[in-house]
Amino acid sequence: MAIVELKNVVKNYGGRKAQGPNAVDDFNLTTRDGEFVVLVGPSGCGKTTTMRMIAGLEDLSAGSIRIGGRDVSDVAPRDRDIAMVFQSYALYPHMTVFGNMAFALRLKKLPQAEIEKRVREAARMLDIEHLLERKPRALSGGQRQRVALGRAIVRQPQVFLMDEPLSNLDAKLRVETRAQIIKLHRSLGVTTFYVTHDQVEAMTMGQRIVVMLDGNVQQIATPHELYAQPVNTFVAGFIGTPSMNFLPATVGDDARSLQGEGYRFRAGDARAAGLAGKAGATVLVGVRPEHLKWCGSGDAQAANHLAGKVDVVEPLGSTTMVQVDVGGQRITAQLDSAIAVEMGQPIALTCAADVLHLFDAQTGQALGLPAQA
Amino acid sequence: MKTRRTSHVLLSLLAYAVALVMFFPILWMLLTAFKTEQDAFSITPQLAFAPTLESFRTALEQGSGYWHYAFNSLFSAVVSTLAGLLLAVPAAYAMAFYPSRRTDFTLVWMVSTKFIPAVGVLIPIFLVYKNLRLLDNLWGLTALFTAMNLPLLVWMAYSYFKDIPRDIVEASAIDGAATVQTMWRVVLPLALPGLASAGLLALILAWNESFWSLTMTDHKAATLAVYIASFKSAEGLFWAKMSAASVLTVTPIVVLGWFAQRQMVRGLTFGAVK
Ligand SMILES: Nc1ncnc2c1ncn2[C@@H]1O[C@H](COP(=O)(O)OP(=O)(O)O)[C@@H](O)[C@H]1O
Ligand SMILES: [Mg+2]
Repeated sequence: MAIVELKNVVKNYGGRKAQGPNAVDDFNLTTRDGEFVVLVGPSGCGKTTTMRMIAGLEDLSAGSIRIGGRDVSDVAPRDRDIAMVFQSYALYPHMTVFGNMAFALRLKKLPQAEIEKRVREAARMLDIEHLLERKPRALSGGQRQRVALGRAIVRQPQVFLMDEPLSNLDAKLRVETRAQIIKLHRSLGVTTFYVTHDQVEAMTMGQRIVVMLDGNVQQIATPHELYAQPVNTFVAGFIGTPSMNFLPATVGDDARSLQGEGYRFRAGDARAAGLAGKAGATVLVGVRPEHLKWCGSGDAQAANHLAGKVDVVEPLGSTTMVQVDVGGQRITAQLDSAIAVEMGQPIALTCAADVLHLFDAQTGQALGLPAQA
Repeated sequence: MKTRRTSHVLLSLLAYAVALVMFFPILWMLLTAFKTEQDAFSITPQLAFAPTLESFRTALEQGSGYWHYAFNSLFSAVVSTLAGLLLAVPAAYAMAFYPSRRTDFTLVWMVSTKFIPAVGVLIPIFLVYKNLRLLDNLWGLTALFTAMNLPLLVWMAYSYFKDIPRDIVEASAIDGAATVQTMWRVVLPLALPGLASAGLLALILAWNESFWSLTMTDHKAATLAVYIASFKSAEGLFWAKMSAASVLTVTPIVVLGWFAQRQMVRGLTFGAVK
């Protein structure tokens, strides 16, 4: 268990003479002891690179990494006291499950009895005791995955690193294993870095989430913060399914009302400050599909109002996903399935004031966020 | 259906015919070895003859005797193969797991040395060996065989190492293994089937080698290739004796090949990790 600190960490694969964009650019993060940190972002954004630098498999181009207060920037992987779960599991094919799990302990020259005890204990936790004598090739994907976890657990390391450990499992197993990993983390309390490109996985597992794009950290926040206060349009669109709707709107003279073709909004108290001095300018209004509600004729005067024509209807059972054409722009709304909507029919939608997000139309940065804690 | 079966039969017959043509000289050699020199030399080929071990008896005593040459062949083949593996494995390991910008070039260059016909380097090597007093020296010949097979061994070992997923090697490093421990406990066990077939191939190539054996040795370090060549004399009949000597020479390697063929095929056709 340890605090991990990344300070101004940069990676450029060009070698000594840096070339091209940095794979990871100026990464800063200090974990809490025992924290579960998730790195999330689209493919190629630098998640694996960051992970490999923490593991010591990749040199840093600049910056430093400390684990438990010790600067490990130039320390070999074997001396960092970390364990890693690979996407491919990377089990040793010629060793049994027991041999795989015992490998690190044997290298540490622990007494045989201790090795036996630790391996059996981890195997029991993961329910793979009956597989200990098998070779990896005789295991299913899910079993291999658990062996990979077991191999990390027996080490009792300072830090766990997991690079997309669930991406080779089928959907059902993925959800089960997700829960199992969270449970393991709660009971072992080891600081964990977890990489995924799946925002649902990130939101359900992370105590804190690092959202990355093109090597840059976009936002580091708790799942709730990410959802409620995304710092830019990328994070806003990346977190949450279906994605947030973005609509350009002109700011009214009162620096509060927002107007576009087929819709009008009125910024809530919390965000309104972001519109100060922007009268007449264009901003992006963000609203999540699940926050849009069907608007009866009585609400025609509602402060937040969108009118359009139903394009596509996708009933999902408890809710209905509706795509609406609003003044030529396509938005998605998640409506109560009790509401009957039909394709081609006109529809009016509304939402509460405090769920509106505002972004600068040029930079995509959020407007009117409370000062960062 | 019918035409397909017919063509299948025809194809099989053709395959058998080709196999027979290929095998015939070997069969003929085998038969000749059991004939008397007169029978062997007779113009009308004889399939029915009284077999005799006479040729083997004389052949075994030719020159310094069969066992002298056999020992030299065995020694140079085995020692050169072991030495070759000893040099090739670390080299290939470094190139596979710690490649530099020059790695690809080095590999291609090593293999390209095999494109030069051996005669092309005969004179320089001969002179060097002469000055080092390594002519007709078993260690000298063994060193030559080692050098001869090294590019092949490096190349094969390199490709087996390349087949091992990088993740596994990295997992071992994170698990606390030093480079040497990773090599011994993870990489070598996984590459073993491949390395074994590479070694077998080198062994066979060295055993069958004749060019360097004939040019660089005389009798002290002479191998079975020299032994066979020594039967070719200007006068007298030598076909039966020479056939007997050839049978004595190829039998060990054929037997080895027979037992190792499954291993060879496995190692040469599959990746290291399957
Ligand atoms: N070994 C490498 N050599 C050169 N470029 C690399 C290497 N590994 C990754 N990259 C590049 O660095 C960027 C980040 O990659 P990566 O960390 O693997 O992203 P992610 O894991 O988020 O998908 C990508 O543009 C990728 O092409
Ligand atoms: Mg990755």
